[in-house]
Amino acid sequence: MSEKPSQPQVQPRKPRLNLQSLGLPLLAVVTALVIGALVIIFTDSSVYEAFGTGGLFAGLARAAEVIGTAYGAFFVGAFGNPAQIIQAIFSGDGQAFLNAIYPLTETLRTTTPYIFAGLAVAFGFQGGLFNIGAEGQYFVAGLTTVFVGYSLKGVPAIIHLPLALLAGIAGGALWGAIPGLLKAKTGAHEVINTIMMNYIAFRLAEFMLDVGGPMARPGYRPVSPEIEPSAYLPQFFPSDSNIRFNVGFFLALAVAWLVHWLLFKTTLGFEIRTVGKNAHAARYAGINVPRTIVITMVIAGGLAGLAGATDILGVLHFMPNAFSSGYGFDAIALALLGNSQPSGVVLASLLFGALKAGARNMQGIAGIPVDITAILQGLIIIFIAAPQIIRSLYGLRQPAKQEQLVLTSGWGKM
Amino acid sequence: MPPVLQLKGMTKRFPGVLANDHIDLELNKGEVLALLGENGAGKTTLMNVLYGLYAPDEGEIFINGKKATIQGPTDAIMQGIGMVHQHFMLVPVFTVTENVMLGMESIKNGVFLDRQSARERIISLSSQYGLDVDPDALVGSLPVGLQQRVEIIKLLYRNADILILDEPTAVLTPQEVVGLFKIMRALIADGKSIIFISHKLKEVREIADRVVVLRQGRVVGQADPKVTSELKLAEMMVGRQVILNVEKKPAEPKEPVLKVENLKVLSDRHQMAVRGISFEVRSGEIVGVAGVQGNGQTELVEALTGLRHIVEGKVWVGNKDVTNASPRVITEAGVAHIPEDRQRDGLVLPFPVADNLVLNTYYLPPAAKGLRLQEDYIRDHANKLVKEYDVRPPMPLVAAGNLSGGNQQKVIVARELSRPDKLVIASQPTRGLDVGSIEYIHAQLVRKRDAGAGVLLVSAELDEIMSLADRILVMYEGEITAVLQAGEASKEEIGLYMAGVKRQFAHQEETR
Repeated sequence: MSEKPSQPQVQPRKPRLNLQSLGLPLLAVVTALVIGALVIIFTDSSVYEAFGTGGLFAGLARAAEVIGTAYGAFFVGAFGNPAQIIQAIFSGDGQAFLNAIYPLTETLRTTTPYIFAGLAVAFGFQGGLFNIGAEGQYFVAGLTTVFVGYSLKGVPAIIHLPLALLAGIAGGALWGAIPGLLKAKTGAHEVINTIMMNYIAFRLAEFMLDVGGPMARPGYRPVSPEIEPSAYLPQFFPSDSNIRFNVGFFLALAVAWLVHWLLFKTTLGFEIRTVGKNAHAARYAGINVPRTIVITMVIAGGLAGLAGATDILGVLHFMPNAFSSGYGFDAIALALLGNSQPSGVVLASLLFGALKAGARNMQGIAGIPVDITAILQGLIIIFIAAPQIIRSLYGLRQPAKQEQLVLTSGWGKM
Repeated sequence: MPPVLQLKGMTKRFPGVLANDHIDLELNKGEVLALLGENGAGKTTLMNVLYGLYAPDEGEIFINGKKATIQGPTDAIMQGIGMVHQHFMLVPVFTVTENVMLGMESIKNGVFLDRQSARERIISLSSQYGLDVDPDALVGSLPVGLQQRVEIIKLLYRNADILILDEPTAVLTPQEVVGLFKIMRALIADGKSIIFISHKLKEVREIADRVVVLRQGRVVGQADPKVTSELKLAEMMVGRQVILNVEKKPAEPKEPVLKVENLKVLSDRHQMAVRGISFEVRSGEIVGVAGVQGNGQTELVEALTGLRHIVEGKVWVGNKDVTNASPRVITEAGVAHIPEDRQRDGLVLPFPVADNLVLNTYYLPPAAKGLRLQEDYIRDHANKLVKEYDVRPPMPLVAAGNLSGGNQQKVIVARELSRPDKLVIASQPTRGLDVGSIEYIHAQLVRKRDAGAGVLLVSAELDEIMSLADRILVMYEGEITAVLQAGEASKEEIGLYMAGVKRQFAHQEETR
């Protein structure tokens, strides 16, 4: 058998938050911002003009100015203008304060569905399953939620809201359960089936919401009716209708904690992680592997469902035909970025939420297309997926664990 | 003439561990140097340093008297050093020729692989050293012994003069070992030099010209294998007196704890692997199942532990019928199972040792209260067991994958034997382990027997069966060809039953 130095490498029961795991994503983000800056410079015609007319220094100055404006707008769009916020606090003007913190609330509002969807994918990863179906689960949850939201009338909020949330969880869970069952019973690969379930969900939503469809509101727009106010997720600043920040964000944080608890503190979580890491050993240990796979997919689907439900109940209050903003697909990146740990997913979601909110402002103020965030997100994912790039860029040492991997071998397994 | 290879003061540190401590080593032309040591003694680390996989912290390497720097396997290969790893580095879906060419493909007409010339070279190497490998066979279809020869051909194809074989016999059948030794002798005769890593004393004595013993990262001695006894070598290795023969009292078998009746089981290929066998294991005895690997033992154990479907027949544990019961029901009926493939079935390698120690009891109090895992109990339980079963390092939070093979097995043994079970099914419990760990695990099995459990021991090592078992069943092609009392039969006679030459019972009818 292989002999290895018995290096005390602690397998985290808690989320791993050492320097290496926190430092790499941070460096990835910084590097992506630098490359994003280059992209902005190279696509800005005024920079070329400055180089042409004013020479090198004028060109560089213009480039710096462009970057300053762009990332300045980006920062303000994501977190608000610090000066404005401080001023508003001292002035004691409530509305001015709300206006000042509006960007921050938008960041957190965008973060909410990211957290749920990211948890859905991360949960699948923990159970060894690649849930690409968060997008479809989100759609179906939107349908079930909005149905309960508008069809129940005259029910008190204390009953209506939980029912609507449960409807969303159930819709997502159902959409997750189907590929889970197919995997458990027939071995059909969940990647294929979750993708197919996505298409079914999109077309189902189209059918339901299209003009004249079973769930469409009367008129000429392919949208559902408005839900009853009794199903609204409470807003924090109901006085300002611009601010869409709602209880959903804190629900997401609570659910992230719950997922962490479930995964790492309960017997069910132990089973899910065991199946995820080594299904053979799980079977040996008496764990019902097919059942665990179905449970994992049901819970993952339910989590993605909460993304759809909170978007309907907290933000939109109806379901448009074009519902999603690609949360379900960004969620895969979030789960990777967060190392499949609930706390990591929350941090990654905050980052993506800020990117998305900031980009809107950057387009408005600096005229930089929002697509720059797609580039930034893409670069961050590449750097996370290939940490070697970042390591060699900053001359970081390979963690000793990699060196050890060479030795973690047994005989004759090919 | 300078030695072909000389290591001076090689030192390699890992965080918290001194894996190699100023090791000096010489290898002369045309000799087999055995590197003997327990798991974790630093043998593989030293060879990985030599092969350029690790950078040494101190020390120098001389090849043919000249100082050499080796920064990676490519450098090592350039200097004529080749290594066959414990874990083969082959592509199963490629042919032998393609595997051998991989990494140094010869090209013709600019773009096409020149398979033909590589193939011819393989044929000539193969016949020169008696390797007997078909260059067109798919590697995945070859038995392990032949795959190993493909690895050796890869080295020869790259003109290696110094061959490092890292525990090459651990996966081989006795016959394959004989074949390997023949090849090694042919290589030596041709002027190649071999470093042979092993902890099997018999083999070291048979093949090596010189033995260097490592312990805890240091060279603790040299020996001439021709004149040094196995016991002496074992003691050098372990650093204390060892008992090669298991000391045990005569068995006192009582009531049966396992009854198997006319058991029929299919293999993965849907062939009848176990052909209607019946036997009993009684409380307080060790029943050994001897046989050349692949004669239905694996399938038998899997059927008894709920991992494989039983086509026909009955299994009782105590009075409980567990035919085709789930693994959990069987575990709860009082069966401990030390699985054949510890890394595949027995452990979740990324999990900490503590979690692995409750792998099949995590849901029962006191490890869990309802849905909640009791982390304090799990940790305390682990702290207790790693001390009691001498798992090194005794740290419950270390990932099981970071332990050496012997210590991984000790984790499984600790988990399975610490429960008050009435039946222990141990499949190849000491495969690939060093003398110290083997001694320890054998003692634990005997202790379990003396505490009143029945033990079913399946092993490909006849020596192990003969020294441990109170009763021996010999399996051949899915049938029991002999039932022998310990001490009743000689090794040679059991060998005849194992080979199917002799049988005590009439042949069963063909059932499929």
